[in-house]
Formats: sequence, C-alpha cells, structure tokens
Amino acid sequence: MEGEDIIEVQDLEHTFDGFAAVRGISFTVRRGEIFSFLGPNGAGKSTTINILTTLLPLQKGTVRVAGYDVAREPGRVREAIGIVFQDDVLDRDLTVWETMEFHGRLYAIPRDERRRRIDNLLRVVELGPRRDERTKNLSGGMKRRLQIARGLMTRPEVLFLDEPTQGLDPQTRMRMWEYIRGVNVTGTTIFLTTHYMEEADMLSDRISIIDGGKIIVSGTPEELKNTLGEDVVYLETEDNTKARESLRGIGEIRSVTESPRGISITISADGSHCLPRIVDAVRGAGIGISSVNLKKPTMDDVFVHYTGRELRDEGA
Amino acid sequence: MAWEFLTVYWREMIRFVRFRTQLFASLLQPALWMAFFGVAMSSNFSRFASAIPAPAGVVPVDYLTFMAAGVIAMTTLFTSLFGGISLLFDKNWGLMREMLASPMPRTHIMLGISLSGITKSFIQVAIIMAFGLLLGVQFFPGFPAVQIALSVLGIFAFVGVFSLGFLLFSSTISMRLESPEGLQGIITLLTLPLFFVSNALYPIQAFPPLLQVLSIYNPLTHLVSGIRYFALGNDFFAVGARYSSTTADVLGSFAYLVIFAAVMYLLARRTFQKAVVT
Repeated sequence: MEGEDIIEVQDLEHTFDGFAAVRGISFTVRRGEIFSFLGPNGAGKSTTINILTTLLPLQKGTVRVAGYDVAREPGRVREAIGIVFQDDVLDRDLTVWETMEFHGRLYAIPRDERRRRIDNLLRVVELGPRRDERTKNLSGGMKRRLQIARGLMTRPEVLFLDEPTQGLDPQTRMRMWEYIRGVNVTGTTIFLTTHYMEEADMLSDRISIIDGGKIIVSGTPEELKNTLGEDVVYLETEDNTKARESLRGIGEIRSVTESPRGISITISADGSHCLPRIVDAVRGAGIGISSVNLKKPTMDDVFVHYTGRELRDEGA
Repeated sequence: MAWEFLTVYWREMIRFVRFRTQLFASLLQPALWMAFFGVAMSSNFSRFASAIPAPAGVVPVDYLTFMAAGVIAMTTLFTSLFGGISLLFDKNWGLMREMLASPMPRTHIMLGISLSGITKSFIQVAIIMAFGLLLGVQFFPGFPAVQIALSVLGIFAFVGVFSLGFLLFSSTISMRLESPEGLQGIITLLTLPLFFVSNALYPIQAFPPLLQVLSIYNPLTHLVSGIRYFALGNDFFAVGARYSSTTADVLGSFAYLVIFAAVMYLLARRTFQKAVVT
C-alpha cells in the first residue's frame, strides 16, 4: 500500500457565480504523507478542500479520494475521511465528551468501541480531565485539539486540516504541529491547507503552492527551496581576496562578492552539498577560515520567487 | 434501518434542557395564554353565549374549555414553526458541515429535528392540559377512564402529525434562508392568518364565505377539530354553535394532516439532498 496515491485530482475547476475560484488543478497525494496546500487567502484552498470532502459538488474534473470518486460515491469518501474545519466548529453548549459522542454516533460507531476511542483520544490530546466542560469554556488550543481528536475518531485514511493553527499563539502552534506529526506517524495521510510558510515547511513531505486558483509549483520543501538556486555561503577568512581566487574551480558558484569582513558566495545548486568543497578549496589554498554560514532560502523566498509577491497574513 | 437520526434528536434534546431560559419560556408561555387570555375571554364570551341555550341532549361547553383546544393547537403551531431555527444556527456557525460531511443520510437531519420538535410539543400539550384542569377546563366530560386514555392518545396523534408537517416546513425554510431574522419574518407573516382564519378561538360558522373556505384548507382547523373531537366528544355546544362530528370527519381531518406532512416531507427531502453548506 505504501507509495500508492490516496488522493488523485485531475483538471479540477470550480466557479462561483462566474468567479473562477479553482482554475484547472491536478495533483496527487501519496498514502502516508503530509501534503500541504500553501497559498494566500482566496487562492482556492478552501474550495478545493470542500470539493475533496464532498461538501461542494464537483463541477469539472475528476477527484478520487481513498479510491472513490467524489461525484459518484460521496458516501464512501465520507466514511474514509476526517475533517478539521478552519474555524472552531464546535457546539458551544455541548461538553467535550458529548462533542465526541455526537460525532461517533453520526458515523454509527458501535457504543463500546465508540466510548473506548473517546477515552483514548481525549487522553492523547490531553483533554481527559476536561471531558465534562462545555466547549465554550475551552481555550483556543484546546478547542483545536478537541477538533483533531474528533476528526480522528473514525480512524480516517485521510485527515483534512483546513488552516489548523490559524489564530493560535506560537507556543500552542508548535504543540499542534507535534500532534499532527504524531497522527501522521500512526499511518494517517494528512492533507493540510495553510497560509503560514513555516508551517508548510516544518510539517510537509510535499507542498503545492497555490495562487489565483492554480498550482504554481509542487515539490518537497527542500526541492522547492533548492530550485531557487540561491543558497548563500558566507565565509570569513584570513585573506578574503585569495580565498575568492581559490574558488574558481567550483562550477556551481554563480557569483562571489566581497564584503568588509568576509565573502558571500551565491550557489546555483544545493548549498549544503557544495559547502564542504568550498571549505576544502579555501583550506587547500592554505587560507584559514574563522567562520562559515550557510543561508538557505525560506519558503517566503520560494513564494515570492514563484508568485512575484509576498504572502501576507491577510488576517481572514 | 439506520438510527442516526436519534443522534440528531439526542443533541437537540440536550440543547432543549440546557438552554434554561428557552426551556422555561416554552413551558410557561402556553400556561400564560390559558391563564390570562383564556380567563379574560371566557368571562366575556360565557356572558354572551349564555343568551343562546344549548339544544336539549347536547353537552354545553364553556368558553375556557372550548378555547383550550385552540391554545394547544396554537402552541403546537408556534413551536413547530420555530423548530427548524436550530438548523439555521447550525448552518451559520458551521456546525452543519460536520453532519453534511458525515456518512449519515441527510434526511436524518430533518427527521431528528422533527422528532425533537414533536417531543417538545408533546411536553407543552401535557402541561397545557394539566394546567387547564387547574383553571377549570372541563376536558373529557363524563368519559370513563379508558376513553380518557384513548382520547389523550388521539390528541397526541393529531398534535404529532400536525407538528411533523410544520417542522418539516420550518426545516425547509431554514435550510434555504440565510438569517434567523428572515425566518422570524416568515413565521410572523404566516402565524396570523393560520391562527385567526381557523376555528381555534371561535366558530367558523359565522365567517364570511371566503374565510370559511380558507379555514377549511387550514391545517390548524383540522388539528383543532381533532383535539375537540377527542377532548369534548362528537356532539357539543359552545359559543352559540353546535359541533357534531362523525368518525369519518375526524379521519378526514387526520388524513388531511397526514397528506400535509407527506408533502412537506417531500419538499424538505429535496431541499436537504440538494443543500450545499460550506
């Protein structure tokens, strides 16, 4: 089963009252990976996730989730997936336990099994002691954790997370990332949408950058950053001018600039592979190195490179 | 057979008992109608009505008893018309998505809502009848115990099927509307004609011909007729008019309400199957 595609999307298009929200996208998600849709608000992320989860009817293209066609067998798709919605989708007046119980009953999980899973999951997301608390009294992080526990209750093959850490403080966000990784380690495929660069970078096995209803580029975070070819190595040496000359033989170096205390070397390939040879070359010329620094492009740089603008938190 | 609609029912009932204000208001409101409107009107109507004596052999019924059936019907109408509002809130707060994205058949949403609405109506009707007895409502005059039990069942059957029809109607409207204010507006617009062009508070015999025809098509009229048949018997005299009805009349009224509910069911099912909520 490893390596098989669990989500297959071909030429998906979706229009709302003449506005094309999704304009022909194709991608696949492999079983067991964490796949991210990274893009600004309004890029078409939510529309796509709504079609994949059968909440929006398919207009154009083909979409298969967990082996089922969303248009022909939406019931099967619904049984195979879990969803954590973007905003807090919790009944304020139900308790933590009732929220879970309601969900389990919606999916017709038998009583004993259901109760066992609720106990387990509440322990995992550390909400066990809060089981009789109404959800309106929970903190933002607890609410999100409860929703993740709820999404996992049906043991889904794919868990959809729509902006899972939006509006959370940095500390809570880091903990959410740990939970998400923990879920993934147990074998659940994760499809997440985010407009946070570092979230996509930290969590994903593969990322598709989406903007204006189209996928701009896809790849692993490393691939995306490396294709920019703009890794920069900064060296401080005993003799910067001589050091610069010693680097002539390395083909991947695009340019070298001298600054007052050191030299900046822009590399057209993966800098981490190039760095040892740079160090060897400078040392080989008998020049001592006092400091080395490798700066890889961030996802922000990647986004700017491919879309020509910065990804800002538009606060929606 | 899938039982997931009981899940929706379960949550609705939790909400019903948890929202204390709403709970007490819904229980108190019909009692207040009886206590104030009923007593005030009956002290007036009984004065006029006494001018027309009941024919020999026909059971005379005082106004309070007469209108108690109307208050039961009106309370059921209000509760049922508002019954779908929780769908509107679910929709607006995004909670509907959890249900729509689950494998539960969509018709179960409206079935669960309807079942909880019917339960609420039953509770209210029981309260009105009990409170009515305290105020001096003379339901089931001279009935033996078995007949009283059967009559109560008959009343609940009428209330149940009437309530179902309007709950499904309310659910349909709620799924199609965006705001609770819109629903409020539609309900207000509907309640007045439904309530006043019916036999809930006064006999329709004295209506102008057009209103009489309209009142016969009004489901509320059939509910009230059914309740009175079971609560007061098939031949009684109230507010200057004689009410006699046959078993066929009552079955006809019941059938009318069943058809009304069936049409509303089809309408609601269509709406739910096509509903897109994101």
